[in-house]
Amino acid sequence: MIAAVLLPVAAFLFGIAIPLGWLQPDFGHLSAVITNPVTIILMIIGFIVLIVHSAHRLRYLLYDGLKIKRRTLVGALCYGGAVVASAIMIILVLMAAL
Amino acid sequence: MTLEAAARAAEESITLEVTRYEPDGDTEPHTQSYVVPLRKDWTVLDGLNYVKDSLDPSLSYRWSCRMGVCGSCGMNVGGRPSLSCGTFLSDFAPGPVRVEPLSNFPVIRDLVVDITDFLDKLPTVKPWIIRDDGDVDVHAGEFLQTPAELDAYSQFSSCINCMLCYSACPVYGLDPDFTGPAAIALAERYNLDSRDQGARERLDVLIEREGLWGCTFVGECTRVCPKHVDPASAIQRYKLKAAQESVRAVLLPRGGR
Amino acid sequence: MSVQTPGRSRPRAYRRPVSVWWWLRKPTYLLFVLRELSSIFIAWLVAFLVIMVFSVGRGADSYRGFMDWAGQAWVVVINVLAFAFAALHTVTWFLLTPKAMALRVRGRAVPARAVVTGEYVVLAIVTVLVLWLVLR
Repeated sequence: MIAAVLLPVAAFLFGIAIPLGWLQPDFGHLSAVITNPVTIILMIIGFIVLIVHSAHRLRYLLYDGLKIKRRTLVGALCYGGAVVASAIMIILVLMAAL
Repeated sequence: MTLEAAARAAEESITLEVTRYEPDGDTEPHTQSYVVPLRKDWTVLDGLNYVKDSLDPSLSYRWSCRMGVCGSCGMNVGGRPSLSCGTFLSDFAPGPVRVEPLSNFPVIRDLVVDITDFLDKLPTVKPWIIRDDGDVDVHAGEFLQTPAELDAYSQFSSCINCMLCYSACPVYGLDPDFTGPAAIALAERYNLDSRDQGARERLDVLIEREGLWGCTFVGECTRVCPKHVDPASAIQRYKLKAAQESVRAVLLPRGGR
Repeated sequence: MSVQTPGRSRPRAYRRPVSVWWWLRKPTYLLFVLRELSSIFIAWLVAFLVIMVFSVGRGADSYRGFMDWAGQAWVVVINVLAFAFAALHTVTWFLLTPKAMALRVRGRAVPARAVVTGEYVVLAIVTVLVLWLVLR
């Protein structure tokens, strides 16, 4: 749900519009919005959900799409990867705020 | 036969490309073509019956009611799981029409598949009304239901066990342990019945890894269902229920039940 | 179930193998795999956004450097693809939610169309809110 509602606009804004110079937000304002504690907490929750959800779907893609049968290994890699990625993400986001 | 008559005959006929498999001689199936009359009101099943009666009595397939109720005549027609009694030849004109046995099941002979696996799985989800008030006195009267209570489950009660959904389901093809669409939809049908008290028992069976969670929501079961049961919806609703139940079990280890 | 069914004892029933390319057999299977493939692009977007947040935290120069890097052709191409997959994920997700959640208001089933419409309204509100927050 978070991915569905938030990602299209985030991808468009930060991935396409700003890098290509179509839109130029004021840095001071952007920085204030992003490092706001409320935004930080929402981002951490949102990113964790996105990481876990996409690892979960990747796992089924590997099982069914590629017919990989080593279920335990694939599961461990996907979910383990999600935990590691979430930890790195939390560190990076907190470093941005402090 | 004059040229004209031959041309007319060609116009009014269609070729069935039927999969044949003879278990005592073949190592794998092959295709055999039959030319059958193309009539406006003929279904694929009518075409097969014509083959059986007039061209090749050795062709094997299941059928019974000819009216989309018995669920016996499911096959892959043009690559899509269909009831052959409800699929018209004229929709495939000028042909040819590929007629294959249902996917994901072992082929016993020609178009006949072995659905033992489903028959074994179906009772595991307990598709009957479960009461925990002991033996009910049948003479005491009926369990009355309001139209709204009937409406809650009636869609899921239309299943005719035709196996089209299992044939359409890639997850069942890849992992035969998956309980599968029709059985889960039937479990949901009884869960939603106001007279039933067995939801907990069924969830215990389906919450196992191969029960419910194999489903990745491809949604093809719902698309091919001739009775509009919508198994995909039943499974997703079930997943939601199972997830809520798991969360509750973690938060309230004792009082959760 | 201990009933011995005739089918089981037949040794020569033919089992068709499932190809690795089963998802190319039908358009609906392909759409399903594309929908699930979006998970890879969503992972990319998460990484991209986290690094961007990090660079914002390190000051204006770092942010400008990040956006210069993000302006390169190959990064923009990946991001356009990722945007397309995110949009596909959104549309398919919205189509599927009414199936997973049978909403009932005052005992009557809420029609699927109403649920989907509601989701698009939420999408529009969130989109406008984010744009307003960032560009104000």
